[in-house]
Amino acid sequence: MDRLVFLLSTGLARGAVLALFALSLVIVWRAARVINFAQAAMAIVAVYVAFALTAASGSYWLGLAGALAAGAVLGALVERGPLKLVPRDTPLPGMIVAIGLVMVLQSGLAIAFGPDHRPVRAPFSQRPFLLGDIPVLSAYALFVLLLAGGVMAVLALLFGRTSLGLQLRAAAFAPETSRLLGVRVPRMVTAGWMLSVATAALAALLLVPTELGLNPHAADLLFVNAFAVAVVGGLDSPLGALIAGLAVGVLVSLVTGYVSAAAAPLAVLGLLTAVLLVRPGGLFAAKEARSA
Amino acid sequence: MSTLTIEDLTVAYGDGAPVLDGLDLHIGDGTVLALLGANGAGKTTLLRALTGLVPAGGRVLLDGADLTGTATEDRVRGGLALVPEGRSTVVELTVEENLRLGALWRHRGAARRAAVAEMYELFEPLARRRHAPGHTLSGGERQMLALARALIARPDVLLLDEPSLGLAPLVVAQLLGVLRETASRRGLTVLLAEQNVTGALSVADRGVVLSLGEVVADRPAAALAADPALRHAYLGF
Repeated sequence: MDRLVFLLSTGLARGAVLALFALSLVIVWRAARVINFAQAAMAIVAVYVAFALTAASGSYWLGLAGALAAGAVLGALVERGPLKLVPRDTPLPGMIVAIGLVMVLQSGLAIAFGPDHRPVRAPFSQRPFLLGDIPVLSAYALFVLLLAGGVMAVLALLFGRTSLGLQLRAAAFAPETSRLLGVRVPRMVTAGWMLSVATAALAALLLVPTELGLNPHAADLLFVNAFAVAVVGGLDSPLGALIAGLAVGVLVSLVTGYVSAAAAPLAVLGLLTAVLLVRPGGLFAAKEARSA
Repeated sequence: MSTLTIEDLTVAYGDGAPVLDGLDLHIGDGTVLALLGANGAGKTTLLRALTGLVPAGGRVLLDGADLTGTATEDRVRGGLALVPEGRSTVVELTVEENLRLGALWRHRGAARRAAVAEMYELFEPLARRRHAPGHTLSGGERQMLALARALIARPDVLLLDEPSLGLAPLVVAQLLGVLRETASRRGLTVLLAEQNVTGALSVADRGVVLSLGEVVADRPAAALAADPALRHAYLGF
């Protein structure tokens, strides 16, 4: 029982990070109809910026702010740079650019910083609290849950309650109609990329202290799991990313705890296959296809 | 009141023959102009070229300002509005969100809320469905929403592409009535592309017939409606 409570609570924290990263994939998919295979590499570049800032200043929080800013800038640079050079009427050229970016960014990081894992300290203790005799969340896991939840709430407010969010949604769903209403769609696409990569950077930054450390491939598995989460939830659905992220986080935690870490990816793959067989568009895919 | 001047407008898709070939047209001072012609005459292409959605040769001037080469969103912010064929509702957004979207660049704060309320007065069925998602609206409601969303930005020139397509005659009459009344009240210049010739000419001041991308008739609406030879040759009735 103690073990189950511990695994469930840590699974929720892991799921919050997964949900955040999956949400970043959903944002860029909705903005640009691109599955950004470079999301992990771009996020890790931003984490290296955070690492450097924290090392120079001694402040984790300055590093966190730097990661968000670096993610946003990198998102804008990629959208306004290499992606502008390829046709956008089909998703394939964008995906190929993204795969190329993975190689360029990860190789660049390895050349600049080396391939070794660099230990990254968490801002709070990772020792679990004891609830009676039962170990539950650590202070850092609680921080991750609260921060990820807060960011998702802010994003929900941004998309649901603000003029910018309304334009972002309209530009994603109906770009031509939006242009006919005076919406500057190219700016909205850039804004979508900035939000997306900044969100991914935050997720990667939260993950790294709980893993082996920082290296150019530190977010690769996060991307694979988050991509599965985004597909399970429905690529168009932020709510799907949230719910599926928490579910997959708990699943991975339980399988790792009760079976083995090696079995966790198989469990995720099994879940992905089962969902795709039953609902190919994902659990929370919009029922209404665009008709106008 | 505003004037729209089209000079030597030419549009071709790929290497094919031009869909519009050196078209000249001047629409001014609150005129409602019915743009008529059979399928393939170039009506939709003309409206899309005017808003910059398809590349075109020639010049487009709004109140003397040259719009040539400008982006669609800049033409819209400059006073040109298009209600495209197919009603163009953003079906994932609610009625209210669609209206707010149309008002975003023109109005702020309380003025935006007042503009939305004004549209609900003009199109009462929309008020009852303000929180309904776009995909749940009927064809008539979607067309009302598309028209309201264009009007809310207070354009100087309104372009409409087949607003009566697929709608019941009663709904068409209501929509055209609101269009005529609003055009007269606001001094709005309107270019109304329609296959519904009778309906369009009933609210228009002037009619232009397009055939194979060229203007073959340009007369007062009443004169055009009364010309049986022209109607038979180009309008099919």
